[in-house]
Amino acid sequence: MNTEDTIMEFIHRRSFIELDARGRAQSLLDEGSFKELAGPFARMQSPWLPMQGVAPQSDDGCVVLKGKIDGKPAVVISLEGKFQGGSIGEVSGAKICAALDLATRDSVQGTPTPAILLLETGGVRLQEANLGLAAVAEVIASVLSLRPHAPVITIIAGTVGCFGGMSLVAGLSSYVLMTREARLGLNGPEVIEQESGVDEFDSKDRALIWAIDGGEQRVGMGLADALVEDNVEAFTTAVRSLLAKGIPAVHRSELVDCYRSRIEALDVTEQIDPAELRAQWRQADVEGGVR
Amino acid sequence: MNDQVGVRGRRWFQALTGDDTSQSGDPGSVLASKASLGSREALFLCVVPNPESRFPCVRDGQVGLEEAYALASHIRALIAEDEDKPKEEKRPIVAIVDVKSQAYGRREETVGIFLAAATAADAYATARMKGHPVVSLIAGHAFSGGFLTHGYQANRLVAFDDKGIVIHAMHEEAAARITRRSVADLLRLGHEIPPMSYDVHDYARLGLLHELLHMESPEEPVASEVAKVRLSLTNAIADCANGERDLSNRWKNPQANVMRKAGNAVRELMEQEWQRA
Repeated sequence: MNTEDTIMEFIHRRSFIELDARGRAQSLLDEGSFKELAGPFARMQSPWLPMQGVAPQSDDGCVVLKGKIDGKPAVVISLEGKFQGGSIGEVSGAKICAALDLATRDSVQGTPTPAILLLETGGVRLQEANLGLAAVAEVIASVLSLRPHAPVITIIAGTVGCFGGMSLVAGLSSYVLMTREARLGLNGPEVIEQESGVDEFDSKDRALIWAIDGGEQRVGMGLADALVEDNVEAFTTAVRSLLAKGIPAVHRSELVDCYRSRIEALDVTEQIDPAELRAQWRQADVEGGVR
Repeated sequence: MNDQVGVRGRRWFQALTGDDTSQSGDPGSVLASKASLGSREALFLCVVPNPESRFPCVRDGQVGLEEAYALASHIRALIAEDEDKPKEEKRPIVAIVDVKSQAYGRREETVGIFLAAATAADAYATARMKGHPVVSLIAGHAFSGGFLTHGYQANRLVAFDDKGIVIHAMHEEAAARITRRSVADLLRLGHEIPPMSYDVHDYARLGLLHELLHMESPEEPVASEVAKVRLSLTNAIADCANGERDLSNRWKNPQANVMRKAGNAVRELMEQEWQRA
């Protein structure tokens, strides 16, 4: 490609990451096919934030669109990382759960309705602590109810990443798509540094963070399914190809013996080198054909 | 923080099963035993501190990689053993919960503790959905990712009514730092805003518990109290048979109708809108 073509492609590329939660969700569904549920005009907002002097948002940072992909039903659930770090509170948690449960009901009754989760979240919203944690437990339960009947696809695209309790939701999903910029882990680097000290994890070491949590690493070690370029067309294509694959024969979170024996085999006297681990697990996947 | 996390868990596990050693092949931090409960056999599971663990960040009773996979293995084995049995014969699972948190370590993140935690939650939820009654006995601390991994997928949650019980998303110091408050302010707010509270009475108001069990000696299981706990667990197990296999009992109850009004309104609205979309 010559320079001019490269520049033109760059100009015409529609970034997925730069869209807000609603825009990302809309971009995945057939044009004109979708409707937002419990949208901003319904004013379903957190009752707990105003009590603490924090401004609520009329959609609680969670957008649910019911619509179609290639003419077939689907629901897209999209978290807004710019509102309270995409955190899960009572209202956003109930939205996610309700959407998944309704998709399960339709799927069981003969209308398969896959769910696509756009996770940009630090996990539980600490201002709603125990209701946030309870909501995450309920989301986990709802993903597991839907998963046998229709695929659940998690997309982690933006730089907020997917951390805390919602990382379990990624772990339970039928498929996980990530960008190079995205991160996936249970504990964010700052939390580890605070709890276990800077020697355990230096949260300013960006290279280390992406070496461990980054999209390339997570896909490389087999804990996510595909690395996607940051543009809308790449995501719509990737989602369609996963929907075409359907429900996987076995889910990653069912591979108890496989991962248990890999962990048993690790030398953990020193910190684990992420690149070496990736190479080992990749090789094991090739030989063992994980799934 | 209470440095006694896990002590109660181990004592109650021992009192209920007569056993307090790990099975061969398991890490020293996971206790698993099949023991009688009421008229049937149940699988008891507990995570306890293991100062000898080869993973430094789980030595104080955190739930890490080996813990999550060992729990999942025991649950999956029980599911397989009972696969062809009728629902009434599927054995119950009792998770004794006294966990500090998930492991906050670099080794764990590198390997993917998010998947380990998901794998244990998956096993618990799968058991529940297949008709095994799953009950959690919260005997001490139930924190954040530790609780999501071990116990929060149960059909029914039973907690001791006692000051030593702390159920929360994050311990006080860290929650205060992240929400930019002093610990004193955080604790004061907890009394006004129940989901923020560290007090089990406020937790009970959220409608998430099946039973808050008053105990005279929650730290030292005496015979009369062990009998009381057994009865409570047996009743909770029987109650599972009357209910759904999902977690809807946690938001469909009189307390949740008050404390989770906003969430329940969302569910209702979405149900209506879904039909029309």
